Amino acid sequence: MIKFTDIHKSFGKLQVLKGVSFDIQKGQCMAILGPNGSGKSTLIKSILGLVIPDKGEIFIDENNIIGQSDYRNEIGYLPQITKLPENISVIELLKMIQDIRKTTGNIDELVTYFGIANYLNKTLKTLSGGTRQKVNVILSLMFNASLYIFDEPTVGLDPISCVKFKQRVLQEKQNGKTVILTTHILSEVEELADQIVFIMDGQIYYHGSPDQLKNNYQENTLEKAIAKMLETYK
Amino acid sequence: MVKNILFFISIFIFSITAQYASTIFVSPNGKNNSIAKAIQMAQSRDKIVIKPGKYFENAIVIDKPLDIEGELYPILDGNNKEGVFIVKSDSVTIKGLQIQNIGMSQIDDRAGIKFFSVKNCLVENNKLINTCFGIYFARSSDCVIRNNFVQGFATRETETGNAIHLFKCTNFLIENNTVSGHRDGIYFEFVENTKVCGNTSFKQIRYGMHFMFSHENEYSKNKFFNNGAGVAVMYSHHIYMHENEFTDNWSPVSNGLLLKDIKDSKIENNFIDRNTIGLFAEGCLRLEVKHNRFSKNGWALKVLGDCYDNNFTDNNFISNTFEVVTNATVSNNIFEHNYWTEYSGYDLNNDGIGDVPHSPVKLYTYLIERVPESIVLLRSLFIDLLNLAEKVAPVITPESLEDHKPAMKAIK
Amino acid sequence: MSLFVRGIKGEEINKTILNYSFNIKCMLKIFKYSFYDLLRSRWLLMYFLFFLATTFALLYLSSDISKGIVSLMNIIIAIIPVISIIFGVMYYYNSREFIDLLLSQPIKRKSVFLGQFLGLSLSLALSFVLGMIIPFAVYGIFTSSEIWNFSSLLFIGVILTLIFVSLAYLISILNDDKIKGFGIAILVWILFSVIYDGALLLFFVSFSDYPLQKFAIVLTVLNPVDLARVMVLLKLDVSALMGYTGAVFNQFFGTTWGMFISSFSLLLWIFIPLFSFLRIIKKKDF
Repeated sequence: MIKFTDIHKSFGKLQVLKGVSFDIQKGQCMAILGPNGSGKSTLIKSILGLVIPDKGEIFIDENNIIGQSDYRNEIGYLPQITKLPENISVIELLKMIQDIRKTTGNIDELVTYFGIANYLNKTLKTLSGGTRQKVNVILSLMFNASLYIFDEPTVGLDPISCVKFKQRVLQEKQNGKTVILTTHILSEVEELADQIVFIMDGQIYYHGSPDQLKNNYQENTLEKAIAKMLETYK
Repeated sequence: MVKNILFFISIFIFSITAQYASTIFVSPNGKNNSIAKAIQMAQSRDKIVIKPGKYFENAIVIDKPLDIEGELYPILDGNNKEGVFIVKSDSVTIKGLQIQNIGMSQIDDRAGIKFFSVKNCLVENNKLINTCFGIYFARSSDCVIRNNFVQGFATRETETGNAIHLFKCTNFLIENNTVSGHRDGIYFEFVENTKVCGNTSFKQIRYGMHFMFSHENEYSKNKFFNNGAGVAVMYSHHIYMHENEFTDNWSPVSNGLLLKDIKDSKIENNFIDRNTIGLFAEGCLRLEVKHNRFSKNGWALKVLGDCYDNNFTDNNFISNTFEVVTNATVSNNIFEHNYWTEYSGYDLNNDGIGDVPHSPVKLYTYLIERVPESIVLLRSLFIDLLNLAEKVAPVITPESLEDHKPAMKAIK
Repeated sequence: MSLFVRGIKGEEINKTILNYSFNIKCMLKIFKYSFYDLLRSRWLLMYFLFFLATTFALLYLSSDISKGIVSLMNIIIAIIPVISIIFGVMYYYNSREFIDLLLSQPIKRKSVFLGQFLGLSLSLALSFVLGMIIPFAVYGIFTSSEIWNFSSLLFIGVILTLIFVSLAYLISILNDDKIKGFGIAILVWILFSVIYDGALLLFFVSFSDYPLQKFAIVLTVLNPVDLARVMVLLKLDVSALMGYTGAVFNQFFGTTWGMFISSFSLLLWIFIPLFSFLRIIKKKDF
C-alpha cells in the first residue's frame, strides 16, 4: 500500500501541492489526472524522490521513503519523453540499467514482446521516436517491480504497441502489482484505472473510481464527466 | 702586428740566452728551501726549478729576468697573508706552480702573482686557488697569460678581487685560461691591442669579463656562463667580439652581454643563450651585430634610445620570450634580414624573405617597463589581444623599428 | 552486555562501510557508461582531432620541441577552459532527462552526478592528453629533455579541464534555463580568461606607485587560469621571469611552499564548485 499524507510543495512563490493525501491499494491502478500545471508530475516525482516535498510523508508499505533510495528497487518508472544517451546501443543501455540495479531483468522476453530485437545493436540516436519509447517502456517493465509509474506512457507508440502495452499492464495488475498512471488519453484511464485522483490547483478535487465519477455527473464517458466537473469548478 | 712580431722575436732571443744560464733547484728539504733566497742568489736569466712540496712564503720580489718553473705543481701557500710574487722586472716566466690562500686586505690589492711595469713576461700553466686577485698586471706590455686555472670561492663582491686583472696594459695575449669564483673573471681598465681567446669564465660574482676604457681589443671563442651579471664592455671603441658564448646569466639584473658607450665595434657569430637580457646596449654607436644567435633569452635585445646607427643583420632570434625592447619611440638603428621565430608573415614569391616586415617590439614590453608587475600576465589571452590591437594600429611602439627583410628560415 | 553493544556498533559500522562501497561502485558504473557514451561522441572526437592536428602542426612548423611547448601552452590556456565549460553545460542540459531516469533508479543522487562528472571530465582530459601525446611521441618527447615541461603542460591541462567542468556543473544546476546557463558559462570563461587580466592590468597601472608585487601574487593565485599559466611559464620562460620584475614571483612560485599553495588553490577551484554542486543536488527538485 502507498500512502500520501498532507504533501506540500512549492517552487519559489508558486504553491504546487497544497496538502495532498490519499492511499493506493496494492494491486490497483491509480490514475492521477488534472490539467497542465496542476501538480501531477510533482506528485509522481515525489514518490520517485526526484522532488523533495516541503511537508508531508509518503509511505510505501509502512516505510517513509523520503530521503531514501533503496526502495526504488521496487519501482519501474517510465518517464515522459526521455532523451537517452546518444552513442550507446539499446542493449548497452538495458544492460547498464540492469547493472545499476544489480538484478537481472527479463530483457529477452520484453524485447520479443515489443518486437525490437533488430534494433538491439543500434545506437540510440539512430532510432525513431516510437522505437525509443519502446526502449523506455522495456526499461520500466523489465525488473518485475512491485510498483509501476507510467508518465504519459503511450505518447509516440504505434497503435499495436499501445495495445500490447495496455495488455501487459493489465496482466501485471493481475499479478498483484500496483500501478500509478498519468495520461491525457482518457480511454486509457477507463481501460486501466481502478481509481482516479483528480488534482486541481494543488489539491485533490476528486478521488474515487472512474465509474463513480461518470455516475456523479450522469455521463457515459469519462471525458464528458470530467468536462462537466471542470465547468462546475469554475 | 709589428708589435706582435717584435714580441715573439724577443721571446725567441730570451729562450736562446736562457740556455746559457744556470739552474737553481729549490726543495722543501734541500739546501735551498726558500724561493725568496734562491731568487736573491740567482743571476739574471737563470732558471729556478721548484721541486714538489709545500712552501709558505709571501711577497717574494722578482727584480731580474728569471725563469721560474714548478715540478709537479709545488704548492706556494700564502698562509692567508700577503700575495706570493711581486714581479718588477721584464722577461720573467712563471710556470707550473700552484699558488694558494692569500688573505683578503682592504688596504692593498693582494694577488697570487702581481706584475708592475714589465714587458715580455709569461704566466703559463699555473693554478691559483683562493688568491684574492689571481694574476695582476699594471702598466705593462707584451705579455702572455696562458692555460692558467684561477679559482676563487667568494660569495660577495667585497671578499675577493678579479681572477685576471689588467690595468694600463697593451699588447697582451690571454688565452685558454679557466677562471671562476671572483668578482670579475677578466678585468681590463685602459688596456689596448689585446687578444682574449679560448678562455672560460664562470660563477663570477659580478661580470664574467669587464672592459673599461679599453680600445682596439679582440676577444673570441671564450665561454661565459653562470655569471652574476654576464659580460660588460664599457666606454671603449674598436672592439671585435666573435664566436663567444654568453649563456645562463640569470639574475634580476643580468645581461648576457652589456655594452655601454661602445663605438665602431663588431659583434659576430656569438652564441647568446638563456640570459635574462641577451644583449643590452646603451649609448652605442655604429655597431655591426651580425650572425649571432640569440636564443631562449628573456629579452633578446634591449636597445636604449641613445643608440644610433647600429646594424643588426643576419642574426637568429630563436624562442626568446621578448625579442626587442626599447624605450625609444623612434628607432635609429637598422634591423635587416634577421630570422625571428615570432615572425608570423608569409613569403609568396619564395625568395626566403618575408613579404611583410616584422616588428619585434611588442606593446606588452612597454607595459612591463612601466609596470613591472604586469609580467604575471605574460602569454595571457588578454595580452595577446592587446598586442594584436597594437599591431593593427600602432600607437606606442616605434613603427620604424622593423625588419623589412625578415628571413623565413634560420640563418646558417 | 558490553559485548552485545559492541556487536551492534560493529554491525552498524559494517553497514555504513557496505553502503559507502556500494555508493562508489554505483558511481563507477555511472562513470563507466557516461565515459563510453562520450568517447563515441562526435564532439569529443573533434576535440581530440583538434589537439592532434594543432600539436602536429606546431611541432612541424616550429621544428623545435621547446618552442612547440610554448605555443601549445597559449592554446591550452585559451581553449581548454572554454571548451570544458561549454561542453560541460551542454552535456548537463542534454542528459537532463536521462538524469531523471537514473535518479529514479535505486542509487544515490551523489553517485549519479559524481559518476557523470568524472565521465565527462576524464573523457575530455583523455582526448586532450592523447591529442598531445601522440604527436609529441612521434617527435620524440620521451627521449627529450623537455619531458618535464611537457608533463607540467599535460598536468595543467587536465587540472583546467576538471576546474571548468566542475564550474559548468555548478552553473547548470543553478540555472534550469538552458540559454541562461550557456550565457553565464561563456561569461564566466571570459571573466577568468580576459576580463580578470584586463582589470588586473588596469589595477597595476593605476597603482604603479605602490609596491604591488605581493598583491600581484595573491591576485594571480585567485584566478585558476592565471595561476595555471604562471605555473607553466615558470618552467618555460624562466629567463624572463627571473628578470628584476619577475624575481619576486619566482621567489614565491619557485619554492616548495609556493608550489604547494598554488597546487592547493587549483585543487580548491575544482573542489569548491564540485562540493557546492553536491550540496545543491541534495536539496534540489528535478
